[in-house]
Amino acid sequence: MNIIVLLKQVPSTETMIQIAGDGRSVKTDDVSWIISPYDEFAVEEALRIKEKQGGTVTIVSAGGAKAAEAIRTALAMGADKGILVNDPAAMACDGLGIARILSTVIRGIPFDLVIAGQRAVDDENFLVGAAVAEFLKIPFTSLVIRQEITDGKITCHRTIEGGTAVVTSPLPALFTTQRGLNEPRYASLPGVMKAKKKPLDTKTLADLGLDSAAVVKPLMQVTSMRFPEKRKAGKIIDAATPRAKAAELVRILHEEAKVI
Amino acid sequence: MSQDILAIAEYGNGVFRKASYEVLSEGRRLADILGVKLLAAVLGNDIQSAALRLAEYGADRIIAAEHPLLKDYLPETYTQILAEIIQKETPALVLTSATTQGKDVAACLSARLYAPLATDCLAIRFEGGKPVATRPMYGGKVLADVRLDAAPGILTLRPNAFAIKKAAGAGAVELYPVALEPPQTSCIEMQMDTSGKVELTEADVVVSGGRGMGGKDFSVVEALASVLGGAVGASRSAVDEGWRPVSDQVGQTGKVVSPSLYIACGISGAIQHFAGMQTSKVIVAINKDLEAPVFSRADYGIVGDLFEVVPLITEEIRHLKGDS
Repeated sequence: MNIIVLLKQVPSTETMIQIAGDGRSVKTDDVSWIISPYDEFAVEEALRIKEKQGGTVTIVSAGGAKAAEAIRTALAMGADKGILVNDPAAMACDGLGIARILSTVIRGIPFDLVIAGQRAVDDENFLVGAAVAEFLKIPFTSLVIRQEITDGKITCHRTIEGGTAVVTSPLPALFTTQRGLNEPRYASLPGVMKAKKKPLDTKTLADLGLDSAAVVKPLMQVTSMRFPEKRKAGKIIDAATPRAKAAELVRILHEEAKVI
Repeated sequence: MSQDILAIAEYGNGVFRKASYEVLSEGRRLADILGVKLLAAVLGNDIQSAALRLAEYGADRIIAAEHPLLKDYLPETYTQILAEIIQKETPALVLTSATTQGKDVAACLSARLYAPLATDCLAIRFEGGKPVATRPMYGGKVLADVRLDAAPGILTLRPNAFAIKKAAGAGAVELYPVALEPPQTSCIEMQMDTSGKVELTEADVVVSGGRGMGGKDFSVVEALASVLGGAVGASRSAVDEGWRPVSDQVGQTGKVVSPSLYIACGISGAIQHFAGMQTSKVIVAINKDLEAPVFSRADYGIVGDLFEVVPLITEEIRHLKGDS
């Protein structure tokens, strides 16, 4: 089973986000970087499938030179090789452009399964996984919490509002991860040592035979960024007894806030 | 090419999602700004008569695509039919709700049509004739304005972020002629929660429990949610402890909710939790620890033992509802 994992390096969810001077991007210095958490589930699931069925796990990412660190982490977890598309032109892409680039990389590798995060926790646009499946013309299933592969078919349990849908499709296919799928392992020290020797290819758009001007032209642009209005500390309800506090809260919610 | 607006509604189990009415109402507002028609599309099996309900929210035309293969959502079938409708009608904007299905099909359509996508929008306006949407990024730590530079612009709207407004609309439903090949993917089972729980992302009131719950027993939180007709949520730590299912998690790596009232019980208030609920209209926090960060951003706080205070709040609300 040849498995491809799509991976994006993003600012840590713990990190303080600051808006850059241009007013339409975030500052990237002083930020700690991680594998987008949903992509980490994807790496883990790929490794579990490989451990059961054999095969290879290839990590594919588009990003700056720094993104190699995220790929190395996935290699240290146990993935076999990595491909990083590092091209200044790729940095100006929107999600569709990135999906075009990633699907071009994938077309050059034999694969049975592609696993991606449901979304990256920076753009939060839920687009790239679906778009890569569309460009590769393979079945797409999102928000998977359990999967099983038998006889060239994959059966996925996906979360939907108020329940779970069980769907099955032939391989090759692409699915995206949902929390609950697995608990990602930590890279072990021997794993980190081994990862240093694993292949990590860097490619440019020209290497992929892509015309950067056509791929890069974004159809969607961030024109400005701001912080949401910060909620201020409100009123701590002060009363003599818990019952009096409860009564006062309910009175305020009913009469003043009018939400109940 | 028309400049109309297409709103995709979501139908299942005999009802339209509340979020679909929000999408139609916003579609009507935008269509009025542009002076164009609002089209509604709905896919399913045996939906023609139900589809007429969309007229009450201002749809000038209602397009229903009926087929047994469209009974349950599958990206393949829904993308094919919706892409066909969009290519035929050539709307300037395509709107749907930022629900599981809405976000999914919007992404597939974006790729199929090579059209720009902005998902989970909180507000939409036009600038120089182009749609500009406000949407959260970085787990809601930042709000970004994004401009869509090609048509059709595809937008998904966050449930509860847009008002529902009734308006007069079409009198008839147009049936779309569906021709589908058997899809590669098939839906073999739907395991639905039949307890009648209110869907978290669409609930008007959400009561969540965190580490302070101390265990699996969420009965005090459930009772308060029930008396308010709301849904139960949980913080990441409560989910990580295995006390609640992942589907209940509110936060940056869980669900984003925007109810009128959010009540956080025994939740310390990590930045990632706020990312999932900060657009709630009113936030109430109940926590033993006055120093808990949750109090720094809650509208109202009670310092106290949640197991004592929450049942008393439930009792007071019951009392209030009984009296009114």
